[in-house]
Formats: sequence, structure tokens, C-alpha cells
Amino acid sequence: MKTKSLLLVAAGIAIGATGALESKKAYSAELFFPHTVYRTGAYAPSGIPSANGFRDYYALLNKRDGGIEGHKVVSEECEFKYNTKIGVECYEKLKGKHGGAMLVNPYSTGLTYQLIPKAPVNKIPILSMGYGRTAAADGRVFPWVFNFPATYWSQASAVINYIGAQEGGLGNLKGKHIAHVYHNSAYGKEANPTLDALSAKLGFKLTKLAVDHPGQEQKATWLQIRRKKPDWVFMSGWGVMNQVAIKEAASIGFPMTKFIGNWWSASDADVIPAGDNAIGYKGTNMHPAGTKPKVIQDIIKHIYGGDMAKAKANNVGEVLYNRAVLGAFYATEVVRDAVKLAGGKRPSGDQVREAFENLNMSEARLVKSGMKGYAPSFKVSCRNHEGNAPGVLIQQWSGSKWTTDGKFYPAMNDVVRPMVEKAAAAYAKENKIKPRDC
Amino acid sequence: MEVLNTFFVAPFLDMGSDLIFLTEVIIGGMMAGIMYSLVALGFVLIYKASGVFNYAQGAMVLFAALTLVGLMERHVPLVLAIILTMGVMIGLAFLIERYMLRKLVNQAQIILFMAAIGLNFVFEGAGQIAWGSNVKKLDVGIPDKSFEFGGILLNSFDLFAACTAAILVAILALFFQKTPTGRALRAVADDHQAALAVGIPLNTIWVIVWSVAGFVALVAGIMWGGKAGVQFSLVLIALKALPVLILGGFESVPGAIIGGLLIGIFEKISEVYWGPAFGGAIEGWFAYMAALIFLMFRPQGLFGEKIIERV
Amino acid sequence: MFYREAGQFKSSYQADQAIFPIIQDRWFMAIVFVVAYLVIPLIADEYWFQAVLIPFYVFAIAAIGLNILTGYCGQVSLGSGAFMAVGAYATFKLVTGFPELNIIIAFLLSGLFAAAVGMIFGLPSLRIKGFYLAVATLAAQFFILWVFNKVAWFFNYNPSGFITAPPREVFGFLVSGPEAAPVTRYYVSLIFLTIFAFAAKNMARGHLGRAWMAIRDMDVAAEIIGIRPLHTKLLAFGISSFFCGVAGALYIFVWLGSAETEAFDLLNVSFPVLFMIIIGGLGSVLGSILGAGFITILPIFLTNAPPMVGIAISADFAKHLEEIIFGVMIIFFLIVEPAGFNRLWQIAKEKIRKWPFPY
Repeated sequence: MKTKSLLLVAAGIAIGATGALESKKAYSAELFFPHTVYRTGAYAPSGIPSANGFRDYYALLNKRDGGIEGHKVVSEECEFKYNTKIGVECYEKLKGKHGGAMLVNPYSTGLTYQLIPKAPVNKIPILSMGYGRTAAADGRVFPWVFNFPATYWSQASAVINYIGAQEGGLGNLKGKHIAHVYHNSAYGKEANPTLDALSAKLGFKLTKLAVDHPGQEQKATWLQIRRKKPDWVFMSGWGVMNQVAIKEAASIGFPMTKFIGNWWSASDADVIPAGDNAIGYKGTNMHPAGTKPKVIQDIIKHIYGGDMAKAKANNVGEVLYNRAVLGAFYATEVVRDAVKLAGGKRPSGDQVREAFENLNMSEARLVKSGMKGYAPSFKVSCRNHEGNAPGVLIQQWSGSKWTTDGKFYPAMNDVVRPMVEKAAAAYAKENKIKPRDC
Repeated sequence: MEVLNTFFVAPFLDMGSDLIFLTEVIIGGMMAGIMYSLVALGFVLIYKASGVFNYAQGAMVLFAALTLVGLMERHVPLVLAIILTMGVMIGLAFLIERYMLRKLVNQAQIILFMAAIGLNFVFEGAGQIAWGSNVKKLDVGIPDKSFEFGGILLNSFDLFAACTAAILVAILALFFQKTPTGRALRAVADDHQAALAVGIPLNTIWVIVWSVAGFVALVAGIMWGGKAGVQFSLVLIALKALPVLILGGFESVPGAIIGGLLIGIFEKISEVYWGPAFGGAIEGWFAYMAALIFLMFRPQGLFGEKIIERV
Repeated sequence: MFYREAGQFKSSYQADQAIFPIIQDRWFMAIVFVVAYLVIPLIADEYWFQAVLIPFYVFAIAAIGLNILTGYCGQVSLGSGAFMAVGAYATFKLVTGFPELNIIIAFLLSGLFAAAVGMIFGLPSLRIKGFYLAVATLAAQFFILWVFNKVAWFFNYNPSGFITAPPREVFGFLVSGPEAAPVTRYYVSLIFLTIFAFAAKNMARGHLGRAWMAIRDMDVAAEIIGIRPLHTKLLAFGISSFFCGVAGALYIFVWLGSAETEAFDLLNVSFPVLFMIIIGGLGSVLGSILGAGFITILPIFLTNAPPMVGIAISADFAKHLEEIIFGVMIIFFLIVEPAGFNRLWQIAKEKIRKWPFPY
């Protein structure tokens, strides 16, 4: 027994050593992308596809392109069970590895809040793509945090835009009734201020219904919906809450086509337990789902050797998988710019941040990287960290896959942006941060 | 005045104004409550016979459901899968008795509680290693259709769950009252030492009780898993069972059922009628508060054994 | 041979009643202090401070608090997370409302708030006992967290409900906020732990502690010999919540930096703190500290051990394995020594006393 485990250890060390030697041979430097994952625990059904997406895209870059500008992409996972405390420990552990992290993708709103104050101290930018603190879109107060291509608030306003379009114009929303069913946490409450503001502006009636974590029992919530008969239901759910909500909505006979989940409430894992009852359910998204897009095809070809069954088992093509690929794409593109800024060398934290602020995801660039039609295009500036073109796609569950009409519903920047700047200013005041001028 | 109106008058007027809806809320509460009772039953059985406040019941529900779904995904027919899962649960009961309970005889209750939490971790880890953490769809053929009956919305799945719970309680009652094993179980629950003295094998009884609790966990797992898919958060339904337990009493099977129904009704009524006044999501703590206030008047719960203290 | 009381004569009551009556114990404590105050800050790096040591000390304070209530006074509580939350949110309101207020004073004041809330939720303990009380304290746990989640005043109306620790200085050292040096935060938590541990130790061996233990052992009997149950139980709830409140304030302001109510929930905080005192030993200050160390450090050790020896296993498998090992170790430990680390420590002392000639 003892010799066996010793041998195992020795073998492990040997493998590790040869691995290190190999990478030294082929690449000039390592670019480290730490990744906090949740493949276990209550939110694992969402965490697993996300983690696989990041893993596969990093591997794809190394395999297909030989890394980023000739540097090897190195990634390491740290399991945190979606528990903020363990996430902080993960961050502390990973941030200095492999010569230091390029940036972090916390992939949890709670953890992002935790890391925002630490980012300027450690000089590690945060990319919280479609989650985290909405106010961080104000780059003057949060120089180290980026949340393009859209924030929760932009999303909520874009959804109202969509509903308006369905009702035949925003003017028709007057007198309509929209319910917001939300996860009773920092994440779920994010959309509320925007919806309040829009309700006052456009004259629709808003009912806010909180569901406590974890949300396995929502009879009371849906009975209220059955009685109040809202025209539309918008949901900011997470984990088991989504699956139960879809089932309960079906059981009170609420029309699925008028039920819209936000981009964390409309994944494959959310609709599958409800079976056919979920047909017609809608959700927002930033990118198409499915295996058609070129980058997903590349992954199937290079990582899975064309083995569709194996790819499916690894969630390839699912909503959250594709979103993770998108996140990894943005992260690596930023670092690519930073490498160029650093003259081909390994960039520093400041250079990565600079690359972030000058990021221009133009259509031309998307075409060049083969992401046309997959990744939204936008421009980041020093002041605006959300990008200049927030908005959403609306996808619909057909019973076997998510379909989209490909139409882009823009956010109402005129409503959202002043709120973002106000919230950021309040944060700056509370924490004695002097906003930058730009 | 305004405040008094929103909290004490308006909700009641609201209730009276739409009696059909009130009935719907009460029925919805009972349906939810029955689901809590299914979990609480497991707690009661184990607490009665071995004095363990078995926090691991939630994890047992998850483990049983995961095993069942895992087997079904490997194309094992339903009946066989249920039998195999039961076999696994009985095996676990045996192991728990052999390696845990037997070594913790005569320890303080809080130590046993702690050991149950340790067991909870083992179940969580082992279940996920064996069957993965992804959400799995569980379909054992229970119809899930809603229909209206006299203007009241009913759901066939909920009704099925209620019937199952009723049958389960009936079987348990028969088992406890009519079989020799059941009588032995009751003897053990009454007094461990006296039971030992008259020759009841404590160890066997424990294995049986934990197996029965495993069976209850499997039933609860099928019901809850059918509702929202089998996934890790099933563990957390243990928390939903706790107010039921204090209301019904830790030692009483009927208490678990009636406590569950009351808690369910109370939760739904509070959330629907008082939720808007408080700002929503109050059903979680309202259930505990209700149980707490109730305990002030009856410290041993509805059907618990009267606590007699002697110096 | 080394650990002997023989020949150590006490010539005053004061000497006889010292916390550490034996000179070897005093030496040992001196060494512990030198290590904690001087050696560790020199050798630990940021990861150790942030991931291991500061949470260890913060949870040790909370565990001492809960041990006063559960270990000494016998009232099982699952609401420690909520009382910690009261401390944290009170500190947040104090330091943002009065920016000039010294943060240490804010910590202590918040402890008082927590104590007041704790006493209110301690009232049912006069009627309700045992596990019924434990589950009843869950009412406090869920209700208090709901309030902090719902009432926007507590988090200064920011849209998401997160509270963030603003930068605050004490004697020119930054103790909270992101720029605060880990070593300063380490010292703050260590000093608090030292003071609170000694305070608890002294309370426990005094009049109050004896009253608590009498209540724990049999409250009806205690009442008959003239101990007022209301007074004693509520004091236990109050003092315990004071400790928990300060621990909660440190938890956010010195350790995490920002949090929402989820950081205080039952499974994240209340249960682990209860594990700590059971594993450490009910009714023991030293046990609370050892238990806190065990429960905070063991999972981190289990996560980091396989890669350290070069075994590469996937992160999720490692986590599951870690859960199983953690659970098995708890059960194993309870079987081997149900009275906890404190008892093991006493056994060790007995053994050393007779070493090398045991009889």
C-alpha cells in the first residue's frame, strides 16, 4: 500500500515535471487564467457547463492557434461550491500562480462583489460578463472591473423593450401588468430598481415577488400570479428555483410564451426537468445556443476529435456552455491586446487593464476571429465598462433546443446609464474612492 | 392606523373577498405541507427509535433519489430500480448501525446530532461521486396535469403525493401496531434499557428503523425529485421539515403529518395575504415563528411526549 | 518529568486562583503567545493570513460565544449566524453613519446591539428546552437575515443589498477596507481573540459561570438553590450574542471585506460554529479555539493536500472526497472522544505528568 502510493506520488511529480519542461520548450511565456468553478453543490447543474466551456476554449486556443500570440494559455480550476467564502480562498490561492493571474472570471455575483475591492490592490482586472455589480459599468469609480456586453439593468430594460415590441410599441405598455419573480439575494434584486424606474416612466404595473433560496417550494408565489393575472412574467432565478418556477407556471396554466427568464434562468438544465410543459418558455441571451456556430464546431473538431456523443456529454452547445466560451473569448482577446501592448511579452496587470479599456470588438474583428454572429460587437471606454451597445437576444425553448429570431433588443441607455452613475457615485462616497476623470 | 389596517384588517378582508381563492391557497398549502411531512416522517422514525436527531435525512433523500435516477438512466426497469435502491438503503442502514450507532450508544443527544451531520457530509459526497452533480429528470409515470374542480385549481401530481403520504402513514401505523417488529420498535422507543432487558435486540431494531427511514427517504426523493428534478438542492429540504417537527413533536408520526399540513397552510396564507405588506419571501421565517409561538404554549409540540422534570 | 506540580507552593489565595496555576502552563502560554504574536506574522504569507489564520481567529471568537451559551449554560442554539449578522450590519451602519467613529469602538457597540437582540430571542428559552429550543432559534436565524435582506436602510439603500467595509484607520494603521495590510488585520483579530478568550475563561470560573453550569446540569434544581433562571439564561444569551456580534463584525470588516446576508446563513455559519464547539469540547474555551482551528483548517488542508504531493485529481472529485473525509473524520472523532479536543488535551497532560514512568 505504502509503496504503491509512493509510486503514485513519484509518477505524479514526474508527469508534472515533464509537463513543465514541455511547455518551456514550445512557448515563450505562460498566460494564466484562474477559474473558480462550481461543479458540486446546489448550483452544479449551472456550474458544470460553464466550467467546461472555459476549459475547452482555453484548450482550443492552445491546440488550434498555438496559444495567444505564441504564449501558452494556462488555466487552473478551483472548486468553490458557489460559496463565496471558499471562493475568496480560491482567489487567494490562485492569484499568484504561474507568474500571476491575467484576470479573473469569478462566475458568481456574490464572489464578484467580494473581489471588486481587492482588484486594484492586487492589480488583477475582473471580467464579470453579465453578472456582478451593475454599478461597475462606471469605469471612473471601478477602473478594474468590466461587465460588458450588458449588465443586469440593461438586460431588464431590454426585456421591457422586447415586451413593448410584442405589445405593439412601448406606448402600449401603459396599464399592462408585469410581474418580476426574483431570487431573494443580491443577484435577484439587481433588476428591481430598473424595473421600478421603467414602470414609473412607461406606466405599466409592476409586481415584485421574491422567492427565498433555494426555491423548491413556490406555490405561494404562483398562486399570487394566478390571482393577479399579470400579462408578462420576468424571472431572475438561479438553480433549482428556475426548474420549479417553470413547472409551477405550467401548472397554473400561465402561457409560457409570456414568461421570460433572464440569461441565468434560461439554460438547458432549467427546462429539461419540466419536460414538455416548458415548450415556449423564453429567455434572454447574448449569443446563440447550439452547436452550429463556427467556434463550437472548432471545439468539437479539435478537442473532441469530432465525437459528437462525447461533446454532448460535456455540455457542448448548451446555453451556459456557449456563454462560457463567449466569456473565455473576450478574456483571451483582451489579453491578446495586452500582449501586443507589452510588445509581445507577458503583460502586467496594468497593461491588461489598459487593453480592457481600449477594447474594440468591431464587426471586422469578430469576422477575423471567426466569431461573427456569435459574439456581440461593442466598444469599451475608460468611462463605460459595459460597452457601448448593451442589449439582448430573446431565445425560446422548442422542447428540444433553444431557437432565436436573431433580433437584437437594445437596452434603454437613457434610463439605465444615469442610474448606474448614481449608484457608482454612492459607492465612491461610501468607500472614499476618488472617481477618475474621463 | 394605516399600519394597523395593512397588517391586521386588510389581509382578512382580502381573504373574505374571494373564498374560492382562499380555498385554493389552503389546498396549495396542504399539498406543500404533505411534501414537508414526507421528509419529517424520516426524522420522527429515527428519533423515536434511536434518539438521533437525524439531520442526514435530507441527504438520504438525495442519495436515494440519485441512486434511483442513476439506475433508471442505465435502463434498469422502474420496479427493479426501486428494489435495488431499497437494497442500497438497507445496506447503508446496516453500515450506519455497525460503524456509527453501535459505537455511540449512551452519548448525549447533541453528540448524536453532530454525528448525523457528519453522516450528512458523507452522503452528499458519496452520492455526487457515484452519480454526478448534474440535474436529472425523474419520471416514474406520475401524471402531472392541472385541472379545475369547482373553480379550484388542482394538480394531479400533488394529489398523487398526498395519497402516497396517506398510504405511507397507514402502512407505518399498521407496521408499528400490528407486527411483532413494530411492537419491539415501540418498546425501544419507550425505554432502551427496559427493551434490552426483555430481550429485544437493539442493534437489529436500529437497522430496521434506519431501513424504514431509508424507504421514506426514497418516497420523498421520488416526490420531490419528480417536482424539480433530482439535484443537490434536495438536501436542503431537511430545513423545510424542521418547523414541521417542532410543531408536530419529534416523536409522533401523526404529528409529522398534521404538523406538515398546518405549517404548509400557514406558510401559504402568510405569504399570499401578508407577504405584500411585509415585502415578500416571508414564508421561510413565518413557519418558524409560528412554531415558536406555538411552543411557548406547548413546549413539547402538538403530539410530543409531555416533558416531566424531577429534581 | 517536566510537567509536575510538586514543589510549587501557593502562599496566597490570589496565586491559588490564577488562571494558570502551574509554572509550566504559564511557560507554555508564553510560548503560544510568542508564536502567535511574533513568529507567525514573520513567516506567514498573504494566503495564510487571508485563507487560514484570520477566519480561524474570527470563528474562534464566535465559537467561544456559542460555547458560553451551549457549553456552559446548556442552551443549544442554531442562531449564531444571525447574531453575527447583527454585529456586522450594526458596525456597517455605525461606521458609515459616523465616519469619525473609531472602528474598534464600533465593533464593541455592535456587540451590544447583538447582545440586545440575542436576549430578545433568548426569552423563549425559559419555556422551550433541548432540541425544541435549537429549532426555535432557527426562527431568529431566518427572521433576522430576512430583515437585513429586506429593509434597505440596513445596507444604505444600495441596489443590491451588499455591505462593503469602508477603509478605516486605528492609530494610523488601516484595519478595514481592501488596502488594509493582512498583517494588521491578523493582529486585530488576534488581539480580540486573546481578550475575549481570557474574558470568557474568567467568567466561566466565576460566580456567573457556576450559575450557568448549574442551569445546564438541571435547571429546576438550580432554581431551587436560588439561581434565577430568567436572569442567568438571558445573561448567557446576551454575553454569547455579544461575542458572536463582535465576531460577525470582524468577519466582514477584517476578513471578507463585503457580504450579503447569504454569508451568514445557517449552513455557512451557524452549523460550522456549532461543529466547532462540539468537536472542540462543550464547556471549554480552549476547546472552542481548537475546534475552530480544526473546522476551518481541515477543509483547506484536504483541498490542498492532493496537489501538494503531486496527485492530480479533478477539482470536483477532490471536493466530494473532501466532504466524505470530513464527515468520516467527524464521526470517527466523536466515537473516539465524544468530549472533544479539550478532553484529549487533558488526557495528554495527564500522560505527560507521569512521563516517563507511567503507573
